[in-house]
Amino acid sequence: MSEIVISSRIRLARNVAGFPFLTRCSRSARQSLEEKVRDTILAARLSPKTLYVDLESAPEIDRQLLVERHLISKPHKDAQGARGVAVGENETLAIMVNEEDHLRIQVLRSGLQLEEAWEQINAVDDQLEASLDFAFHPRFGYLTACPTNVGTGIRVSVMLHLPALKLTSEIEKVFRAAKEMRLAVRGLYGEGTEATGDFYQISNQSTLGKSEEEIIGDFKHTVIPKIIDYEHNARKALLSEHAVALDDKVWRALGLLRSARLMETEETLVALSHVRLGVNLNRVKNIDINKVNELFLLTQEAHLQKILGKKLEGDARRAARAEFIRQRLCAD
Amino acid sequence: MKCEKCNKPATVHLTEIRSGKKIEKHLCQQCANESEGFPTKAHTPINELLTNFVLAHSGLAKEQAGACPQCGMTWGDFRTSGLLGCEHDYAFFDKDLTPLLQRAHDNATHHLGKVPTRCGGTSVPVKRQVDLNRLRKELSRAVEAEDYERAAKLRDQIRIAEGGAATSGTSTGDATPGGV
Repeated sequence: MSEIVISSRIRLARNVAGFPFLTRCSRSARQSLEEKVRDTILAARLSPKTLYVDLESAPEIDRQLLVERHLISKPHKDAQGARGVAVGENETLAIMVNEEDHLRIQVLRSGLQLEEAWEQINAVDDQLEASLDFAFHPRFGYLTACPTNVGTGIRVSVMLHLPALKLTSEIEKVFRAAKEMRLAVRGLYGEGTEATGDFYQISNQSTLGKSEEEIIGDFKHTVIPKIIDYEHNARKALLSEHAVALDDKVWRALGLLRSARLMETEETLVALSHVRLGVNLNRVKNIDINKVNELFLLTQEAHLQKILGKKLEGDARRAARAEFIRQRLCAD
Repeated sequence: MKCEKCNKPATVHLTEIRSGKKIEKHLCQQCANESEGFPTKAHTPINELLTNFVLAHSGLAKEQAGACPQCGMTWGDFRTSGLLGCEHDYAFFDKDLTPLLQRAHDNATHHLGKVPTRCGGTSVPVKRQVDLNRLRKELSRAVEAEDYERAAKLRDQIRIAEGGAATSGTSTGDATPGGV
């Protein structure tokens, strides 16, 4: 995981020819579609170990866990009917079955690795296509339930940690740069989510009229370097002009994490974000950055409950979260 | 106020300037129609105008004309849900979808990306079609940039790709840089 670019994600939307899209799928068609796709995925041996989760029967906490790991979307977690997700390659590959489209193939990589992600996902797509006829039209490309995904069906997203731009109130620059390139800016968990903990997801909006390589190239060579530059400059400005205020933010956050007795998810993310910035800028020493990075995930509700092995709600959960963080951050 | 001609309530109020003199007329709808040549329905309510405007540009007017024979989806259904019903809807709603696609995809209407290696056993023509899409896009860029030399070459390539003969006998499928 690099300092600013957290992860790169590419997803492809695909539908199986001969089956209606999911809005028009009967219960039984949906069921047989899921079976067909699941069997194809498992038979394709996409990775040494591929796990398939039947989401219709999976308990809520497992579904939430998958959301926290960015392996399924929130709508997929909450949907009804036959659906699932295949997870492989150390969780870098996830294929949602019967989400908005029949297949949503996704490859997730840490840092900025868009070309590698494209290479991997393209190969997976080829492997699946060897057994599945995907709905395709010479003029429209890959056909998707929503016309905003038609063509390549590709969505490229890069997750960025931009605390300095937020602290210097310059985050608008990112929105402007993204808008110029017709890119969308979203929060931690994609569409419709807030940018908690200063994490921003930048993704393409148009999927038609450009090749996959062109779309990826725009990201890699134009928009991402620009945003990284903005964040670097904001960090420099903080250090040279507002070092005390910066330290105050970082140490307050650390104080909170090391002392609080009840912690909400969101305030945890905000505090961790400031500590992460502090460690990155060497304002805080003796804290392992990996430990901070890990806490972003492990303090999420499903992860926390899984680790502690019990169902927790309300104050009990907040207390457990606070204790978990204290143990992790005070052990140094 | 009453109509000057028949005493019904006046709903049409006209102000005319004739040889520098201001003339006001207050008429009911019917007398206005008869004496001033107003259309029977002089005042179309704004909501009707607006709906008609949307209809004319979204294809809603044609809704009754058709549901997709494959999945039963109508344009109205799509307008409500934002999601199409099956792969055939793209061709079925082609005319209505095109402006929508242009808005969503930076004016693009043709796919230029990956082509499935096997697409119902017809991958070769499909590939050719997508290549054609690309050539056409390059052509319009060349024309925009007033690079007519390149445009002529691309036009030849398009003709070849379409299966017709090129007009200039020298051109091949490859664009040789600085070749002409």
